[in-house]
Amino acid sequence: MSRQAQAAVLFLIGTALLHAGLTNLYLRYVKAGLQPLLLLSGAVLIVAALATAWYEWRRARAEKARAAAHTDAAHADEAHAESEGEGHGGHVHREPRISWLLLLPLFALILVAPPALGSYSAVRTGTAIQQPYGLSKLPADNPLTLGLVDYATRAVYDHGHSLGDRQLKVTGFVALDKSGAPYLVRMALNCCAADAQPVKIALTGKIPPVLQPDTWLLVTGTYSAKQTKDPVNNRPIPYFQVTQAKPVPTPKDPYDESWNQ
Amino acid sequence: MAITTEPAASTTETPPTAETPQQPPAPEPSKDSKASKDGWQLNSPLVLTMVLLLVVLAQGSIRTALSAPVMQSWMTVFVAVVVQALPFLVLGVLLSAAIAVFVPATWFTRALPDNPVLAVPVAGMAGAILPGCECASVPVAGALVRRGVTPAAAIAFLLSAPAINPIVLTATAVAFPRNPEMVLARFAGSLLVACLMGWLWTRIGRTDWLKLPAHEPHAGETKGAAFWGSVRHDVMQAGGFLVLGAMSAATLKAVAPASWLRTAADNPVVAILALSILAVLLSICSEADAFVAASLTQFSLTAKLAFLVVGPMIDLKLFAMQAGTFGRGFAMRFAPATFVLAIAGAVVTSAVLL
Repeated sequence: MSRQAQAAVLFLIGTALLHAGLTNLYLRYVKAGLQPLLLLSGAVLIVAALATAWYEWRRARAEKARAAAHTDAAHADEAHAESEGEGHGGHVHREPRISWLLLLPLFALILVAPPALGSYSAVRTGTAIQQPYGLSKLPADNPLTLGLVDYATRAVYDHGHSLGDRQLKVTGFVALDKSGAPYLVRMALNCCAADAQPVKIALTGKIPPVLQPDTWLLVTGTYSAKQTKDPVNNRPIPYFQVTQAKPVPTPKDPYDESWNQ
Repeated sequence: MAITTEPAASTTETPPTAETPQQPPAPEPSKDSKASKDGWQLNSPLVLTMVLLLVVLAQGSIRTALSAPVMQSWMTVFVAVVVQALPFLVLGVLLSAAIAVFVPATWFTRALPDNPVLAVPVAGMAGAILPGCECASVPVAGALVRRGVTPAAAIAFLLSAPAINPIVLTATAVAFPRNPEMVLARFAGSLLVACLMGWLWTRIGRTDWLKLPAHEPHAGETKGAAFWGSVRHDVMQAGGFLVLGAMSAATLKAVAPASWLRTAADNPVVAILALSILAVLLSICSEADAFVAASLTQFSLTAKLAFLVVGPMIDLKLFAMQAGTFGRGFAMRFAPATFVLAIAGAVVTSAVLL
């Protein structure tokens, strides 16, 4: 890849990072805390692209000026400069092949922008429920809006003591296991989608008759003492007694990042 | 799989453009003169434009081809690994360019002990000050070797930096709230293995295994030009290898069944091996791997420690980047040695500390 092409690729990647960082697109792939670093690196890549283009333009102009100034006498000198350039060209021969791969994430990010991980990954991976370090006190609201991971943790490790029979509101996306049993899932994330793991709750009670995987639902209901086991890793999945379920748009941050706090 | 046809498409695209570089008005005349001298060399700005145009025109069919759930999840993980690693790669590349251009070579010879046997642990400890994950340490270690630092010390730095810096140790402490000794074990185990690898290099390492692309600033180049030239070169090269590693990690995550891990956990020896191999294949950033290790509840602490020690030192993404920075001959020897020593180091450390 020539340096002009490299400058173009660097510029495009920098722009793509800035675009992803300034919209909510980046939240589909990485944790929210990475935003400043993303914007910074996008800016650095754009500066590197501009610097490359500028130095390249200056080099070309200097060479032309030199060639024009001494026509014959400087021929040897110019040949020398060229061979020096070729020395660099030597790298440009080896580095370009692999550099072309940088176009793939660019296309993926700009043209396809794949969605956040959904039911496909959730069904294939075991629930990642973790014993909590300590449980915070819940606010007194009724109905109480609760994170799905928080509900699962309190249901399994606190046996619902802090939940009682309060009205709860939980948001997550739908996943159906092989038998068609519905789960509400939230992917919990530490750094990026590569380490995202599902936390699942099973739904019982007044469930809508037709559920499409990957639709986001806001379910209202109460704690249920019933539990089941995730067939993938034998970890507990608590039930949730649904009284009402309504479809909602995908939240701004589709992942649960409570483990980062 | 459709995405993997894309590089193929771009390369099959190149022969026709190679025959017609002169027909359209060439955008860069200065490049053209060089290209014509090389004969076959492609006019890459032109190829780039063609590829971009083609992909934009065909985006509808590309999207339908990629709508299967496996492909969607593959792409999400692929993009996530790249997006997550790029900022750290850029950080490492800036640091490495600064070392190469602004820090005089004599500074390192004064800062490090002359005796390589002593320089190794000093460099290993110095790894604690590079905040970030493994993507940053590869270009920095490359710059150190180019600056005349003994490769043994650079290797110790390369291996210890991603594992023992404060950010990673804090993440480990948060992920293992019930086992604070894990933090100490990770620190000690990683530093031990890093030093062992450094000392191993002083015994049997040969400099001709290293194939560092020599890009010293040549005469007449300003410091600014050298700095940005180094940044451009490293981002393009290490970035390409990063993409390669991200592709393999995404393939594993999207395709391999998670249930085989359950059977592996039953036998203590198999468990350690399984998690070490998993660390290599998953290529997770060292800032996040502790959380993944903590989630593998059915495994022993020793196996988890092996996961945490192996992961930041050698994985698919790192192997690709090391091959790019230090040469394939180096990476082929370095990777297996690191893998074996890292497992041994983790087992010994856990026997003492856990």
